Amino acid sequence: MNILFYVAAAIAIVSSIAAITRSHAIHAILFLVVSFVSISLVFYTLGAPFIAALEVITYAGAIMVLFMFAIMLLNLGAHAVQRERQWQPRIVWAGSGLLSLILLAQLAWTFSFGKAQTGSLPVAPSQVGAALFGTYLLGVELASMLLLAGLAGAYYLGKRSGEPEHPKGGADGNGPA
Amino acid sequence: MATVPLSHALLLSAALFAIGLAGVITRRNMILVLLSAEIMLNAAGLAFVAAGSRWLAPDGQIMFLFILTTAAVEVSIGLALVLRQNHLAKSLDIDAAGSMKG
Repeated sequence: MNILFYVAAAIAIVSSIAAITRSHAIHAILFLVVSFVSISLVFYTLGAPFIAALEVITYAGAIMVLFMFAIMLLNLGAHAVQRERQWQPRIVWAGSGLLSLILLAQLAWTFSFGKAQTGSLPVAPSQVGAALFGTYLLGVELASMLLLAGLAGAYYLGKRSGEPEHPKGGADGNGPA
Repeated sequence: MATVPLSHALLLSAALFAIGLAGVITRRNMILVLLSAEIMLNAAGLAFVAAGSRWLAPDGQIMFLFILTTAAVEVSIGLALVLRQNHLAKSLDIDAAGSMKG
């Protein structure tokens, strides 16, 4: 099973790099789906089957579909990829790549000490559920309030400006244009 | 069950975080900036799960659940803002958001 971890890790890193460098937004999203699925495999090998399932359902499923819908709604057209290439000449990656490499080197140096192994037993979903609705119940309540705030905010921001609050006209909703 | 060294799992998390950081700094398309932020959040969650696996404790997975919730809310608000900004400024350039009014 060890080899599974390293193969999945390599796929995750390569597809994440591909995702942030694509000019076509849809291609970037599809690469990120590949990355999330392989990270889900990493979670499975680390003994977190519940989180592996959630990664596929929520990240690779729901959140990426949300991105897809946003791009479809934007209706970008054919010249979007061309403009994207114009925005991102290769030279702009030098500075940010250097900064990220410095950060990565520091983190790698910090993590390279210690001989600890990850667990030999999976942490079962029942254990996670018992802790989630026991010790962390307050966190669950706070998360529900955060989700409600997100719902209200997305509804408010998603409304087109200039539209009336209540459409005038008949009960069928076909108000004057 | 794999018993990989904890440092390797943390290194994977650090590499993904660095990739996401490079994306956030470099990209000008607002959607791809949000996408890179997702990579960073996911990398942080991976570090939590790896640490939870080290001590065979469910706490790491619970932190991942909270990160997941935050990421979902952040993306829904962020994409609503992107749609609004594209409607007003006719551009996805993140520099165009400098002239945003309330």
